[in-house]
Amino acid sequence: MDIASLTVCEAAEGLRKRAFSSVELTRSVLDAIGAKDGELNAYLSVDAEGALRQAAEADAARAAGADGALLGVPVAVKDLINVDGQPCTCASKILEGYTSAYDATVSARLRAAGAVFAGRTNMDEFAMGSSTEGSAFKVTRNPHDVTRVPGGSSGGSAAAVAGGEALAALGTDTGGSIRQPAAFCGCVGLKPSYGRVSRYGVTAYASSLDQVGPMTRTVEDAAVLLQALAGRDPRDGTTLDVPVPDYRAALKGGLKGLRIGLPKEYYIEGTDPEVMACVRRAVDACAAAGAEVVEVSLPHTEYAIAVYYIVATAEASANLARFDGVRYGHRTASPESVFELYAKSRAEGFGTEVKRRIILGTYVLSSGYYDAYYGRAQKVRTLIRRDYAEAFKRCDVMMTPVAPTAAYRIGEACDDPLKMYLGDIFTVPANLAGLCGLSVPCGRTAAGLPVGLQVLGPAFGEETVLRAAYAYEREVRS
Amino acid sequence: MSRYLVTIGLETHVQLKTATKMFCGCSLRFGAEPNTNVCPVCLGYPGALPVMNREAVRLTVVSGLMLGCGINRHSTFDRKNYFYPDMSKDYQISQNTHPLCVGGGVTIRMPEGERRVRINHIHLEEDAAKINHYARHSGVDFNRCGTPLMEIVSEPDLSSPDEAMAYLQALKQILLYAGVSECNLEEGNMRSDVNISVRPEGQETLGTKVEIKNMNTFKGIYAALEYEIARQLAAVSRGGVIVQETRRWEPDLGETQPMRSKENAHDYRYFPEPDLVPVSLDEALVAEWRAALPELPAARRERMVAEYGIPEYDAGVLADAKENADFFEAAARQCGKGLGKTVSNWFMTEVMRLLSEGGRTIAECALTPEALAELVALVDSRVINGPTAKELLPELFASGGMPGALVKARGLGQVSDVSALEGLVEQALAANPKSAEDYRAGKKAAAGFLVGQVMKLSKGKADPQLVGRLVAEKLAGQA
Repeated sequence: MDIASLTVCEAAEGLRKRAFSSVELTRSVLDAIGAKDGELNAYLSVDAEGALRQAAEADAARAAGADGALLGVPVAVKDLINVDGQPCTCASKILEGYTSAYDATVSARLRAAGAVFAGRTNMDEFAMGSSTEGSAFKVTRNPHDVTRVPGGSSGGSAAAVAGGEALAALGTDTGGSIRQPAAFCGCVGLKPSYGRVSRYGVTAYASSLDQVGPMTRTVEDAAVLLQALAGRDPRDGTTLDVPVPDYRAALKGGLKGLRIGLPKEYYIEGTDPEVMACVRRAVDACAAAGAEVVEVSLPHTEYAIAVYYIVATAEASANLARFDGVRYGHRTASPESVFELYAKSRAEGFGTEVKRRIILGTYVLSSGYYDAYYGRAQKVRTLIRRDYAEAFKRCDVMMTPVAPTAAYRIGEACDDPLKMYLGDIFTVPANLAGLCGLSVPCGRTAAGLPVGLQVLGPAFGEETVLRAAYAYEREVRS
Repeated sequence: MSRYLVTIGLETHVQLKTATKMFCGCSLRFGAEPNTNVCPVCLGYPGALPVMNREAVRLTVVSGLMLGCGINRHSTFDRKNYFYPDMSKDYQISQNTHPLCVGGGVTIRMPEGERRVRINHIHLEEDAAKINHYARHSGVDFNRCGTPLMEIVSEPDLSSPDEAMAYLQALKQILLYAGVSECNLEEGNMRSDVNISVRPEGQETLGTKVEIKNMNTFKGIYAALEYEIARQLAAVSRGGVIVQETRRWEPDLGETQPMRSKENAHDYRYFPEPDLVPVSLDEALVAEWRAALPELPAARRERMVAEYGIPEYDAGVLADAKENADFFEAAARQCGKGLGKTVSNWFMTEVMRLLSEGGRTIAECALTPEALAELVALVDSRVINGPTAKELLPELFASGGMPGALVKARGLGQVSDVSALEGLVEQALAANPKSAEDYRAGKKAAAGFLVGQVMKLSKGKADPQLVGRLVAEKLAGQA
């Protein structure tokens, strides 16, 4: 049995029954990484020694009577989430060689649950991108077709989970960075509502949009991980004090009576017909299983990309200022002045896309332009949020495509940033509105590429999203 | 030549007296080894997030209430973006659009009368790190980085360096009364930047404003203002123009100099801080803080006059420093009715003399209000005389303790036994027949000399009033 390809729930069951130990499970994951990652490039670094030590500790704890859904389960972590003592490069040269000095809250919670940190996954530099081609270190390949991208920015996490190199992984989603790579790689990716999961210790890209979430092989696994991650954190003032429900118990509600909204602005020309066909088939199957399908409207959808690229880059321009070569990270050799230290360290350390977004963000905040760009974007953001609030009065969840296309070829979209930005059209609004959203595989194209179904829910509506996705995955999907 | 008017406004940064930093749990102990009171948050490590220090919010609101400001029930924080090695995140979390306090003012007392200096607003922000310059390099000490810093921005209502001083003194006094800051200038608790312009008399619009930074003391601010006024007046009276710029006070040169243009041309690109939710202050909470406000210095002066029967002048001197007024009140309360003025006399003459001789504050000496109260009571009940009390004071100052115990241990109680003193009076008269003769010849001052002689014979322990009476009786009897 290839235990590295188990789901988290299956692995937990095996550990509980002593079918295998955490050390064995972890070793099998490390072996899978050794065998496959030369081609997939999902990981930036692997901490075999640390992982096996944690696994041995988990086994000892279990022998002493401990148990838990994640006790002894190896997970991969996107390389911008701090795990004390491990690298945290954010796939950027500016943080090459940087070692985390502390645990992010999500890391601390997984650690407390007994999870094992197997390694750090590749990503677009500072999470800015949709293909993972923006990594300063390596290009991750899609396990379903190694000539294609895994999506991004959490492409390493998606490829690791889909490619058998991790049972589960953490990703972050600022404009679709969990859901889109999950769709491209054929795994489950959940972006929680803004304020559901702590951002403390997660290197910030756009603070008002970023969320950490699980990337898994099943919806149930996503529920199990979210259970460990969710909840108010005193270190992150933007987390909300909303009770954390039992997500796994919420899975079983079924589709009967569930109102599924289809936002008409998401069912438009321009989406790949094969992708659209898969999504339509999924919705029809849900309707056949007892769900009620209603059309809803989100009239400000067309502005979402513009708003996103103003808000996200503005916040990024400030968030990335700290990478200045003074306290840590890359510092240019023998600068003549402190200003040259900043200019050269940053010019040498940041990649093209990161520079592009910092410049864009600096511009939209600059004196004389603030009202026209940032100020107006915030107003439109409010309108987008209202659109969703209105639409969710008529439905419990929405179902849409995750991305307009399936995974494209490596190199195909890199020289056209605008085209790549437009690929985020279906995922970005959820971040702007603070909603939760999940990507679940819903078929394949003729070329065998996975297609994702996006299930969107209102803020703190994770239970309903998980319930719908679980029912689709278990009962409806053929 | 036309006359010119001077317009001055101040931006005063006050470090708040909280136990921990503005956005993290690091200690604010002054004088720690560099970079020991630091953590991922105040060092700006990747992923670290700020958490609001509620106490800093309270202290700012309390300051605002003491200064008569309006309190914004809904207040927000913003990022002020600029690169400098003293900023760990290369942005400062500050308040740009919705500060905690707006309006208010400070009353200053000038020779020509009282005047109200308006406050524009008070906002809360984080202090930067401290940069130390060495011969070949510079070092950044992040211990100070993230200290809660309240910025009090005045309206341009001041017209001379003296008024600026009066404003700062009054402000400092109120903040000390409010208990929100140590206001220790040496430790950098209170720092001001000034804005200054000149214009010909009769011109409505203000002249071009120059900002001056880098004054660490009130004296420095005064000197910088004097220099800058003279510089601007010289320029405009020659027909020159004032350039809008930021200048740095160079204390060693005694002049202001323009800062480099790179430091000058800032576009701070303010935008709302997404990591912090807005501060909402419900009415009940503000009302609670308002009800617990300490007295203002002016109110205290009035109350002390009424409560202790001391002259207004005394009340003014005592209330000047809150700790002196606290000390006086504690001692006067213990002494009870009728002795307020006596306690005030002791404090304002003997205690304040010892303080100024030792260059210390009342908090820094060992004398307690209880000890001063007991000393005054011992004199009042004629257990000891005034000179003995004056001799005891320096010891109580240096080593503490209670005067009653010292009097007992050393047998310093004054001699009020008539029969014992009569013997000494006779001894004195016998030894100084000339004085007795002078007295009888009409030189009444001779009696004072004789009293002094008796005091000497008693080694200072005789009750001087009783001795005076006995000497007078004796001389009268001999006549």
